[in-house]
Amino acid sequence: MILGDIRDLLHAVVLARGEDMGMEIERAYCADLMSDVLAFSVNNSLLITGLTNTQVIRTAEVATIRAIVFVQNKRPDIQTISLAEEKRIPLLATDLSMFDTCGLLFEKGLRSCFGLEF
Amino acid sequence: MSSSEGVFFLTGKDFKNAGAASSNLKGILEGMCIPPAIIRRVAIASFEAEMNVIIYAVAGMIKYNITPERITIRVQDMGPGIPDIALAMKEGYSTAPDYIREMGFGSGMGLPNIKKNADVLTLNSLAGEGTTVEFTINLSPAE
Repeated sequence: MILGDIRDLLHAVVLARGEDMGMEIERAYCADLMSDVLAFSVNNSLLITGLTNTQVIRTAEVATIRAIVFVQNKRPDIQTISLAEEKRIPLLATDLSMFDTCGLLFEKGLRSCFGLEF
Repeated sequence: MSSSEGVFFLTGKDFKNAGAASSNLKGILEGMCIPPAIIRRVAIASFEAEMNVIIYAVAGMIKYNITPERITIRVQDMGPGIPDIALAMKEGYSTAPDYIREMGFGSGMGLPNIKKNADVLTLNSLAGEGTTVEFTINLSPAE
């Protein structure tokens, strides 16, 4: 899926890297535990999370996550947003719940990282 | 491919900069044209080890050594030590307090994640003195 289409589908606001909305996303991983993201996500995937601190950006960077969606009307602080800008990781925020976010994306054909390596 | 070595110093409870050393290390590896799949393994293992130092220790350091054959990362800390290493290696076992869990860490996956990404892992710990985690990731597939 194109990131811009994900933004529209989730009625999300863009908090960082608005210029990257044309990027292609093939897989998604959803968690609030960053060690789970490090263990089970794959390269170039989308992270869906309710956690909004700077460690989320660090985690995304080391795990080569392409973009992040914050769910449930949660907003990161300015440090988190500037770190994402610096590391070139687009940030979206939606009012939808984590369940609805995943459900809508699944319905549109986005699939999980499960069972994939790297 | 050339060789490189260096060190990053870490301060316990410095959550603002937690992960910065592993991020810098990732940048160094990218500059050396190391394959992305290898970089990802090194960065994930290093980040988990770095978070352990930030969470549990007073201070620590990450030493890296990159040769054409392998990448070796040694993370040494002045911390409480790990009384039972076998237990600490178990997925889901953690002694982290709640505020660490609220940050998304301390779920008992740190050491298992390091092990998963490393080709060789050694862990030495002395109660009251500190812990040293050393891991190697091979670069030449023949090994």
